[in-house]
Amino acid sequence: MVTTTVDDGSIEVTSSGRIKKFLIDFYRGHPLGAIGAGIVVVMLLAAIFADFITVYDPEQIDFESMLVPPNWAHPLGTDNYGRDILTRVIYGARTALTVGFVSAFVGSFIGLVLGVASAYFGGRFDLIFQRVMDVFLAFPLIILALAVVAVLGTGTENVIVAITIPFIPQCARVVRSSALAIREIPYVDAARACGFSDSRIILRHMVPNVMAPFLIMLTAFVGQAILLEASLSYLGLGVQEPVPAWGLMLQGGAEEYAESAPWIAIFPGLAITLGVFAFNLFGDALRDVLDPKLRSQQ
Amino acid sequence: MKKFLTTVAAIGAGAAIGLGAMGASLAATPKSGGVLDFVVPSNPPSYDAHQETTFGVIHPLAPMYSLLIRVDPNDPQSSAFVCDLCVGGVPSATDGGKTYTFKIRTGVKFHDGTPLTSADVKASLDKIVSPPKGVPSSRKATFVMVDSISAPNAETLVIKLKFPSGAFIPALGAPFNWIYSKKDLDRQNGYSWHKTHVNGSGPFIFKSHVAGSHIEGTKNPNYHHKGMPYLDGFKAIIAPKMNLRVQAIRADHAAIEFRGFPPKHRDDLVKALGDKITVQESDWNCGNLVVFNTKMKPFDDKRVRRALTLAIDRWNGSKYLQKIAIVKTPAGIVFPTHPLAATKAELEQLAGMWPDIKKSRAEARRLLKEAGQENLTFDLHNRAVDQPYKHVGTWLIDQWSKIGVKVTQKAVPTAEWYSKFRKTKDYQVGLDANCQSVVNPVADVAKVLCSSTNNYSQCENPKLEDLFEKMNKESDQAKVRTMMREYERIVLDEEAYIGHALWWYKINPHRSYVKGWKIAPSHYLNQQLDNVWLDK
Repeated sequence: MVTTTVDDGSIEVTSSGRIKKFLIDFYRGHPLGAIGAGIVVVMLLAAIFADFITVYDPEQIDFESMLVPPNWAHPLGTDNYGRDILTRVIYGARTALTVGFVSAFVGSFIGLVLGVASAYFGGRFDLIFQRVMDVFLAFPLIILALAVVAVLGTGTENVIVAITIPFIPQCARVVRSSALAIREIPYVDAARACGFSDSRIILRHMVPNVMAPFLIMLTAFVGQAILLEASLSYLGLGVQEPVPAWGLMLQGGAEEYAESAPWIAIFPGLAITLGVFAFNLFGDALRDVLDPKLRSQQ
Repeated sequence: MKKFLTTVAAIGAGAAIGLGAMGASLAATPKSGGVLDFVVPSNPPSYDAHQETTFGVIHPLAPMYSLLIRVDPNDPQSSAFVCDLCVGGVPSATDGGKTYTFKIRTGVKFHDGTPLTSADVKASLDKIVSPPKGVPSSRKATFVMVDSISAPNAETLVIKLKFPSGAFIPALGAPFNWIYSKKDLDRQNGYSWHKTHVNGSGPFIFKSHVAGSHIEGTKNPNYHHKGMPYLDGFKAIIAPKMNLRVQAIRADHAAIEFRGFPPKHRDDLVKALGDKITVQESDWNCGNLVVFNTKMKPFDDKRVRRALTLAIDRWNGSKYLQKIAIVKTPAGIVFPTHPLAATKAELEQLAGMWPDIKKSRAEARRLLKEAGQENLTFDLHNRAVDQPYKHVGTWLIDQWSKIGVKVTQKAVPTAEWYSKFRKTKDYQVGLDANCQSVVNPVADVAKVLCSSTNNYSQCENPKLEDLFEKMNKESDQAKVRTMMREYERIVLDEEAYIGHALWWYKINPHRSYVKGWKIAPSHYLNQQLDNVWLDK
């Protein structure tokens, strides 16, 4: 622990020390959450440093190595185009996390602002806005994403938009319910009395106080986005060959060679499972830490 | 002793051959009865084959119709035609090759009981050859040589040509040229009636169509080929997912799929079912074409187009792609086994077919540099169908990456794929296919003719038009072959409007109890099913 001794002899914990303490406490109090966080970190590092930790080109066809079972040269085997599956799984993490994080962050942030604004303004604006949200929420997530892809077309950018849109009402609805309670707290009235603008009250005084549900939603959304991206790619509506993506790797050759070369489907399937599982574990632990009610029960 | 053994061996061998022959003879005797269940990968867009171009119409509905002439169902590989609704053999031309007189079969009835006469054949051919404005006819262009069609009496049909043409009989024998009843065509909106109704004179009568599920037909007891059909009926089960179709055959829920499976599924079925599965294979009159949009920069520059076709290693690619996809043969624009097709030596002169791929790719890089397109990137407009489109598309992207070109695949559903080619025309490079029925190269190569409505490269080349017209009017096959080589050289090499990827290869594994059906070089041909029977 990094500490400094002050004049009166007491020990003051520095910010880096506080983070370290938080991490240790988090690990001790929520070991599953810590494991989830660890997997997320590994995935992130793999995605960022994919160029350095892989030997093969993820898109390069090598017909001489078609359908090779797992061995030393290809630890997870090769697919029907002779491409190394480990390399494609690692690069697939890049696609999954890019889509997952961008969709989750953008969707949650827009939902956050809209949800707080809806609660803050209330009245007719809140009524109309919530009915619009109801319309979006009436559709299952995958159906809404499919509809957006059908309009915009395939490709990574469009998949991000398709996944982001359904997240907005989900986040807005949850955040609004928290923000409604905060709106009634006297400090919001005090801020109004001081003559602060609506945007300042929303962004500086209300948004920070709904961060707990927001962060929980955010982590859940990343997992959901990974799953949605995989689903869309599996259906042929997400990213396209030869881009490495886990859902896409489950399609085509994986189906065709399920009996004779099961490794083509097993490893990307495992990657999807592990990725979603990790974000869910981490999200659950984060909820336990940030939710004051759950914290007080502990 | 030696003599005795020789005698025994001879008797044994003779008996074996005799028994084998008897067995074969017994096996070859068709049995009547039973219902054939088969799987179809596509829904029919409408019931009118005159306007449609897909096997999705042919497979479930061709058994309900007759043709004037058809490919010999007992030898569909031969491209020999036999009469279906006409009598005797296919007539030879008279009047210097310009007049064909068909004797129409008597006693034939449509399924609604209306007698079939030459007037019905004329009305049907009129709809195909010279439809009124606004009535779509997908094979109108193949009948450019037809001058007039007349029915002087109920049993005679006379077709006069503007000029003698070897392409006429193959065009007439196309499996889409169903004969409709004139009575139906004369109805109000009669030219649209067949899009939603079925009334033919074929071996099976339309029973039901459950959209997205199946189409059923029952035996026509009044069919004009006596003794046929052998089946009591058929059920065409619509199953777009290939795995489902394979499993249907494996579990004996269906006996056959007429389009074609990739090699892997053939091997799986043979491994699982042994001699319960029979495999028929054939070169396929279908090929994938790389189409460059010549109205879009930089593909208006023939150096760029040539570079992209030069980068593709077709010889090596075919060796491996044939293991995972329904493609096989590298060739030019003519069906590979046809006498008009280029020889290997001739092919090796064309861009993208050079035997030395390193030299070919070096030339490709040089051309791109010269055109200022060293860092070329573009989207490949493709059809979201695995076999073989997405496989071929993925392979092409890999080939282009070897000359430093970065390509993104945009695979879209069929309707959007067509729409971009035909309406919006805002694609850069597309993967198209040229699928024909009867092997008739002089007509088939119309696909790459610049003025052809289904050549999506938007090219313009009067020299090609001139060559095409001359080929159609020339009866000397040697001269046609010479012209075909020049036509091919312009399309694939000099101008490189099109890059011919690979020809398809048809593999039909089916339950061994399905007898009588013989594989044709096209998934459109030989689908009336009148000679099919079940050896159960």
